[in-house]
Amino acid sequence: MGIKPVLTKDFATENLHQLPFYERTGGYAGFKKALELQPDELVEMVKKSGLRGRGGAGFPTGNKWSFLPKGMYPRYLVCNADESEPGCFKDRYLIEKSPHQVLEGILIASYAIGCNLAFIYIRGEYLPQHDALEAAIDEARQAGYLGKNVLGKGYDIDVILHRGAGAYICGEETALLTSLEGYRGEPRLKPPFPAIKGLYGKPTVVNNVETVANLPHIVINGPDWFGAMGTPTGKGTRIWCMSGHVNRPGNYELENGTPIRELIEEHGGGVWKNRKLKAFQPGGASMMVLLPEHLDVGLDFDAIQKAGSLAGAGAMVVMDETTCMVDAARRYVKFFHHESCGKCTPCREGTFWMANLFDRFEAGDAKPGDIDLLLDIGYSIDGRSFCPLGDASTWFPRSVIKHFRDEFQEHISEKGCPFKKTVQEAVA
Amino acid sequence: MPLAKPTVARINELAARYPSKQSAIIPALWEVQHEQGYVTDAAMAEIAQLLGLPPSLIEATASFYSMFLTRPEGRHEVVICINAPCMLRGADEMAAYLERAVGVRDGQTSTDGAITWHSTIECLGACGGAPMMQVDHRFEEDLTPERIDTILERLRQEPAPHGTEPTRAEAVPPVKGEKVRSGAEGARPRGKKAQT
Repeated sequence: MGIKPVLTKDFATENLHQLPFYERTGGYAGFKKALELQPDELVEMVKKSGLRGRGGAGFPTGNKWSFLPKGMYPRYLVCNADESEPGCFKDRYLIEKSPHQVLEGILIASYAIGCNLAFIYIRGEYLPQHDALEAAIDEARQAGYLGKNVLGKGYDIDVILHRGAGAYICGEETALLTSLEGYRGEPRLKPPFPAIKGLYGKPTVVNNVETVANLPHIVINGPDWFGAMGTPTGKGTRIWCMSGHVNRPGNYELENGTPIRELIEEHGGGVWKNRKLKAFQPGGASMMVLLPEHLDVGLDFDAIQKAGSLAGAGAMVVMDETTCMVDAARRYVKFFHHESCGKCTPCREGTFWMANLFDRFEAGDAKPGDIDLLLDIGYSIDGRSFCPLGDASTWFPRSVIKHFRDEFQEHISEKGCPFKKTVQEAVA
Repeated sequence: MPLAKPTVARINELAARYPSKQSAIIPALWEVQHEQGYVTDAAMAEIAQLLGLPPSLIEATASFYSMFLTRPEGRHEVVICINAPCMLRGADEMAAYLERAVGVRDGQTSTDGAITWHSTIECLGACGGAPMMQVDHRFEEDLTPERIDTILERLRQEPAPHGTEPTRAEAVPPVKGEKVRSGAEGARPRGKKAQT
C-alpha cells in the first residue's frame, strides 16, 4: 500500500511528452508486444488483470471489450478525455506529462477489440492538452505506430482527436457519442449499450484516459503483476486528485486500498492552517460526503462504497472546520443545474429548484420546511432521471443534509450563512 | 463576412476526416471562432452549406456548447473558476479582486477592449492549483492578487492569441437590461444555452 508509481513512474523524465524520450523509458514496447499476440489473448489478459474503468463507474475493462458482438465491423474505440468532474484533474496530468502513454494505450485497446479508427474526445477547455496529444499523434504517425500496416504487422489504425466545446454531460458515454456525431450532447437510452450500438450505430467501446494508460504496463508486465497490486476487487493503482484544504494538493498515484488517512495526512501534508478536518469527498462533485471517522477506509471502489460514498473518478476534496457545507453543496448544485442538458424533466427542473432553494439558504430567505423540500426534490430526481447526471446532482446535497442538518437550520435561524466573511472584508 | 479561404479549406478537410460529415460541425465551429472571434448566424449558414447540412442543425449544435461565443469579446478571455474545490481555497475573493482589477462586471469587456472576464461554475480541471483561472485557455494556478495584477498587465499589452482577429470589438458595452452578477454569485452561461 501507499505511493506506487506505475503510470507516473517516469514523470520526472524531462521531455517525456516527446517520442524519443518516451521510447527511452520503454515506451511503445507494450504496443509492439501486443501486436505479437492475438486480439482475443489481449482481451483475456486484461480480463485476468482485473482492471476496472477509471472514469467513474469502475466497470471491468476486459468485460466491456468482450461485449462487442462477434463479426460486426467497423467498430470504434473512443477514449474519453472529457474530464469535467469538479475535483478531478488526473487525465489532464496524464496527457500533459505523457501523451504517448495514453496514445499507446489507445492503440493497444484498438488492436484488442479489432478497431481501425479510434477517437479521443477531449474537453474544449483542455487546449494545451489537446495540442500535446495532437503533437504526439503526429510523432507516432511518422514513426509508423499508426497508419496503414503498422510496424509491418498488417494492422491499420488511425486516431482522430476531437475537441469538445464545454459540456460536462459529454463525459457520460452516450452523450459523448452523440456529441461526437455532431449533435447536441444529450444522452441516449441504454440499452442498447454502446458495445452493441454506439458511435454511428456501430459497436463501440468508450474507455477513460487513465484506464487506457494502464494497458501498456499490463501488456509488458503481465496480468498477474497487475493483479498483485491493490485489493481483491480493486486491482492496480489509481491517481487521486487531491484538492481543498490540504497543505499539498495535487495528484498522487497510490496502490488501491491505501487508507484515506495516508493520502490526506501523509501525502497531502494534512489539513492546512493547523485546522481540523470536517469532511471530505472522494470521487468528485457527485459523490457523498464522508467524515473524519471514515479516514481509515481504503481508497478502493468497494471499500468507499461500503462507507457510504463512491470512488467515482478519483478526486479527494478535503474540507476543514471552517467550511460552510451548505455553500459547498450550493456550488455543486449550481454546477449540475448549469450542466443539465435539459433532455429530461426531473434533472432539468429538479436541479433548477434545488439551486433556487440553496440560493435561498445563502441569502437568508430559507424557511423551516425548505430542508425537507430539498430532500423531496432530491428524491424526485434520483433514479428518475434519464442519465446519471441527474441522480448524481442529489447525492452530495442529500448526504450533507444527513450529516450537517444543523448547518442548514442555522442558515434559517440566523437568516444567512453563519460562516460567511463577506467577500469585501476578505479582499480589503 | 464570408469565411476566409484557409478556414473554408480547413472545414472541407475536417469533413473528409470523419465517417460522417456531421461530426465536423463542432470542429468547424472552432475554426470559425478561431478566425472571427465568435460565431455568427452567417458563419453557421456557411458551415451548413460547406457540409451539406441544414443550418438549423448547425445552430442546434452550436447553441448547446457553452464555449461557442455569440457576440464579440475582448482580445483576451479570462475565466475564473468558482466551483467548490476552488471556493475552498479562496476563489470568491480572487473573483472579487479580478472584478475590481479589470474594472467591469462578470461577463463584460474592459473599456480598452483588452479583457473579457467571467466566473464559471464549470470546473476547469486544476483544483490542485486552486484558486485558478484560464487565460486564453492557458492555466494560471495558485492565484494571488499580485499574480492577477501581473497577468492583467501582460494582457493589456499583448495582441489577441490568434493573430489580429480584426472583427473582435474594440470594446463591448454591457448589453442593456442584462442581469449582471458578481463573481461570487454564480456562473454566467456563455453563448445561448437552452435551459437558461
